[in-house]
Amino acid sequence: MFTFTMLKQRNGSFMEIPKSFLGYKRENGRAGTRNHVIILPVDDISNACAEAVANNIKGTIALPHSYGRLQFGADLELHFRTMIGTGCNPNVAAVIVIGIEPKWTKKIVDGIAKTGKPVEGFHIERTGDIGTTMKASKKAQEFVMWASEKQREECPMSDLWISVKCGESDTTSGLAANPTVGNLMDKLEPLGVHLCFGETSELTGAEQVCATRGATKEASEKFMKTWSSYNDFILKEATDDLSESQPTAGNIAGGLTTIEEKAFGNFQKIGNCKFIDVLEPAEEPTKGKGLYFMDTSSAAAECVTLQAAAGFNIHLFPTGQGNIVGNPIEPVVKLTANPLTVKGMGEHIDCDVSKILSREMNLSEAGDELIKTTLRVANGRLTCAEALGHKEFVMTKLYRSA
Amino acid sequence: MATDIIIHDKKDNVGVVVIEKITPKQDCACWIMEDDSSTNIQSLDEIPLGHKIAMVDLNEGDTILKYGHDIGKVVKSIKKGEHVHVHNVKTKKW
Repeated sequence: MFTFTMLKQRNGSFMEIPKSFLGYKRENGRAGTRNHVIILPVDDISNACAEAVANNIKGTIALPHSYGRLQFGADLELHFRTMIGTGCNPNVAAVIVIGIEPKWTKKIVDGIAKTGKPVEGFHIERTGDIGTTMKASKKAQEFVMWASEKQREECPMSDLWISVKCGESDTTSGLAANPTVGNLMDKLEPLGVHLCFGETSELTGAEQVCATRGATKEASEKFMKTWSSYNDFILKEATDDLSESQPTAGNIAGGLTTIEEKAFGNFQKIGNCKFIDVLEPAEEPTKGKGLYFMDTSSAAAECVTLQAAAGFNIHLFPTGQGNIVGNPIEPVVKLTANPLTVKGMGEHIDCDVSKILSREMNLSEAGDELIKTTLRVANGRLTCAEALGHKEFVMTKLYRSA
Repeated sequence: MATDIIIHDKKDNVGVVVIEKITPKQDCACWIMEDDSSTNIQSLDEIPLGHKIAMVDLNEGDTILKYGHDIGKVVKSIKKGEHVHVHNVKTKKW
């Protein structure tokens, strides 16, 4: 059923890279790798109601979080962008939005409705949790039964929007796991996929080298402006030398000594690709296929949540010491090159590339393995994080609320 | 031949241990990824998987090169074959 394109490998062998995967086609032309019906609370105090609905109606998933009240300015804009973007993600078939009051609830419903997917909002004031739970549950049941009839269809590879972020990195990340992701990017970029990397602070030390990878002068300048602004923020808030945070204790245990060393390892994830634009946190890319840099925190769950909200439908997560993060709507594929991590916590690892270190596998072969794993997951195979119930949905907050 | 240590770039003055650990006085086989060449080094310390070994003698103030790039400064002199980590190297940032 698949058609293939033959790519010549550096070792002279050929790997058949499928030109398509089986996804869920959405009303706006995008395609999803998953078919979730989500119950999205607008604010922290609506979590209980959203979780009650998800408990009532099987096959739905609530996305509780900690914010959404009294935010203002850029922080509020980011909140709405993340909420609306999460609902718009093609891995989501339909959305129930529940907020305390009608105005912000409607704003989010209207934003998601532009995709053409089923969405309905409910507000709790004047009705209470129990009445709202009943009304929202009835609609959620309708949505989930509708969504359950959706079938996977053949979609071109260009419907894959792949985000990447590494975590609990060690020196094996920079030696092998991150370059494996880079190898995948080099092979899939020509097929028209969207790609995204972030982690602004974890490029510190490699920022000048990263800036040279902008596809245009504008992209390079935008990157340096974004990095400088984040770095200024860190310097302003730092009360010590950040030795407790960057590198993390896990990084240090794995042999990473400085942020610069971590950054050059991190940077291996983009292979030889050049980034065409720099995105705000959770901003949807609009310049077509290719690689984008997104301004994100380097905390795993925050970063993946922002990338999912920008519309990315599958995530690649190289780890060294073994970060276990998942996301409720965007499947997170883990890979590692650390044999001790594979041995000790193999239930978290979707793709083992540790044979690169013993030179039993070269980088191109590892890239091929990762492409195969990525496509199996895109076609519906559960990731380790999904099977283990990891659903970390973490909003990025820019500053204190009013 | 089995590889005990991988070095990213010819310019690098540190390598990374890629076996479970190396022990003092072990003769280690090193692979330089950049040009697929090989070299050897005798270790002075026990160094675990993923941690770095000094490929040359390093003095306080010297720059550590990995990936061919500056990844920090030496804050306590390091002998060839010794463990390189947070006890003798610090960031130049932050």
